[in-house]
Amino acid sequence: MTEFFTQTLGLNLNIVWFLLVGILFTGYAVLDGFDLGVGIMHLFTKSDEERRLMLNSIGPVWDGNEVWLVTGGGALFAAFPNVYATVFSGFYLAFMLLLASLIFRAVAIEFRSKQPQGWWRKAWDLGFSAGSFVSALLIGVALGNIAWGIPLTTIDGHIEFAGTFLGLLHPYALMLGVTTVALFAMHGCIYAMMKTEGPLHEKLRGWINNTVILFIVCYAISTLLTLVYVPSMTEKLRETPWFIVVAILNMLAIANIPREIYHKRDFNAFLSSCAAMITLMALFGIGMFPNLVLSNPDAVHSLTIYNAASSQKTLGIMLVIALIGVPCVLVYTACIYYIFRGKVKLDSHSY
Amino acid sequence: MDVEILARIQFAFTVAFHYIYPPLSIGLGVILVIMEGIWLKTKNPLYHDMAKFWTKIFALTFAIGVATGIVMEFEFGTNWATYSRYVGDIFGSALAAEGIFAFFLESGFLAVLLFGWNKVGPKMHFFSTLMVCLGAHFSAVWIIVANSWQQTPAGFHIVYDKVGDAMTARAEVTDFWAMVFNPSSVDRLSHTVMGAWLAGSFLVISVSAYYLLKKKHVEFGKASIKVALTVALIASVMQAITGHDSADGVAKNQPAKLAALEGHYSTGPADMYLFGWVNDKDGTVSGVKIPGMLSWLLYYDTKAEVKGLDAYAREDRPPVNMTFQFYHLMVGCGVLIFAISALGVFMWWRGTLFTHRGMLWVMMFSVLLPQIANQAGWFAAEVGRQPWIVYNLLRTSDALSKVVKAHEVLSSLILFTFIYALLFAVFIYLLDHKIRSGPGLNGENGAEPLAHNPRA
Repeated sequence: MTEFFTQTLGLNLNIVWFLLVGILFTGYAVLDGFDLGVGIMHLFTKSDEERRLMLNSIGPVWDGNEVWLVTGGGALFAAFPNVYATVFSGFYLAFMLLLASLIFRAVAIEFRSKQPQGWWRKAWDLGFSAGSFVSALLIGVALGNIAWGIPLTTIDGHIEFAGTFLGLLHPYALMLGVTTVALFAMHGCIYAMMKTEGPLHEKLRGWINNTVILFIVCYAISTLLTLVYVPSMTEKLRETPWFIVVAILNMLAIANIPREIYHKRDFNAFLSSCAAMITLMALFGIGMFPNLVLSNPDAVHSLTIYNAASSQKTLGIMLVIALIGVPCVLVYTACIYYIFRGKVKLDSHSY
Repeated sequence: MDVEILARIQFAFTVAFHYIYPPLSIGLGVILVIMEGIWLKTKNPLYHDMAKFWTKIFALTFAIGVATGIVMEFEFGTNWATYSRYVGDIFGSALAAEGIFAFFLESGFLAVLLFGWNKVGPKMHFFSTLMVCLGAHFSAVWIIVANSWQQTPAGFHIVYDKVGDAMTARAEVTDFWAMVFNPSSVDRLSHTVMGAWLAGSFLVISVSAYYLLKKKHVEFGKASIKVALTVALIASVMQAITGHDSADGVAKNQPAKLAALEGHYSTGPADMYLFGWVNDKDGTVSGVKIPGMLSWLLYYDTKAEVKGLDAYAREDRPPVNMTFQFYHLMVGCGVLIFAISALGVFMWWRGTLFTHRGMLWVMMFSVLLPQIANQAGWFAAEVGRQPWIVYNLLRTSDALSKVVKAHEVLSSLILFTFIYALLFAVFIYLLDHKIRSGPGLNGENGAEPLAHNPRA
């Protein structure tokens, strides 16, 4: 099996795992992205029934979507332990805040419906929305830092983080954080609209244009900042012009969203939004390759798919595990989405 | 306090809190499968009500289990970066396998289990329950493989790299199956899973006993307690066997830990304490003991030699009294668990159980026993592993994140203490509320009364 990848496709295991980890985190962004987006939009809805519809639109799937993050983290640990160790210990406080936000998000969904009192539900609504917002923001800030580069140094033969928590909050990273919030809000808004009907559906439809405009403005500013200040991210596009196709597809996907919304093809709009996210992640991956974390200012300490990887044996074993596991995962993920297709209806089992 | 002790407290606290929930999910999962299976076979609506009610309790424990589990997944990297680099090949593989094989299965079918009652047929629903239960067990398999490898490393070699003028070392897999089936995996897995079945079944026993005492939902309580008592009795008998096998394994693979479990200082015939207190300074234990019993349990000879703590330098010994106390607490709870299960089944057979208020009171409080035993057992296993994070290879004090400062660990510890205290309070409040509301009885009333439905 390993030979197929190495010889037939001309990929080495390190590249295969760069792709696989990328796919897992892209899966997370696309799937949990709309959960977090629904959370960000949650407080804009007012009545209890509307909020229940919002929650139940993601009710059966959010938990499985979050597993993409858990598995992505596990895959990173297994395939590139040096990245896992350096980034997680380096971004210590940021990760702790992310964990706290994800916990609040998760338990708020679960607990909100358990009591009917107004104060109880309002408190968990706030937990759900704030947890989603902060999670999205921190994920974006982390991506911004990885693209911009973080101060790394070598201590006792290991590459370690040499910066500070506040140093991670520079304008470029924060801009990527805001862009991620806007992207997830748009994605979540489209998803929630697709899953609802009646007045809430119309309300969400009205909000989508605003979220699309907000995202495009953020996206334009982020792209401008990247072109001016982080030229390394676009170097590959100059070297291999074919990659420009990905960037063009990305723009087409984004531009297609308002068009599909206008024609009331909600599912197509959602697919376009997914495509936009996938191509964005692809551009990010193309820009980073073969680095996993850039060292800035001293590029020699960068973590790459070679100096950060596990042994070839482990990468090979993990590939077999992935080839057995991932098709199963895709099959029953598809089944679950199929079973819960169609518009959300509140019943006695709903949140 | 320094980073090491803070990081250890943080890990112990977050993992102990997390470990309240997965055993409940695993154990309740088994009980749900049995209840729904009986319903599918007999079409007795009572069992449908039972499956539905216990599914709601399951959902509650599962949600907190997932939320607190993500913390564990990240904590190796945040607090134990040196360890993560050292074991990434092995520990990371097991965690990734857990995600791919267990979590997706569990969370995917959980959706059908919770929200699919009206969307899929009864057989498909039962299949989903089965898959959730299986997924919960798979996750136990992989995380215990990872933990067991720390205790009894196998199927690896150490690779040294020269980076600049520093040497780095890390463990690399040489034999995947030897790593998975390392010497303590199977013993630890069977012992832990039985502990989880006990946690789940005693929750059901406790709540059912409460209903029988209050004379509410009596038929529901009787049927539930029968299912749970059966599981509990099987699991508590298995627990004695797997516990014995585990102790044999510890004697062979981690003799320093075994010596600490029984406070056995001087190499020679070893005694077994019923309870006691270890004075580590002069290497004595005061308490009630059965002379030569440990030697007999391990080698069927009261005079057999067991390696004592005197064979190890002080810096290579685990904290003896702590290991001793947690271990004896676990064993004590285990004995009570077996006694309650056996007596319960006996009284059920004699037909006196459902009216014997004393026994029902005991059963109501017995929910705490497996929880205490599970926690104490893990503490004994992990404290007894010290001072090693990977047995005989890497010391806990060498495994920390080099760039993380004490104040950062302290602030995250305070953060998690606050969040978990809140979670626990809400968990108890909701559990209590669900139990008081009781099951919505389709079988008795023909329709699901809304007042009984906490999700409405």
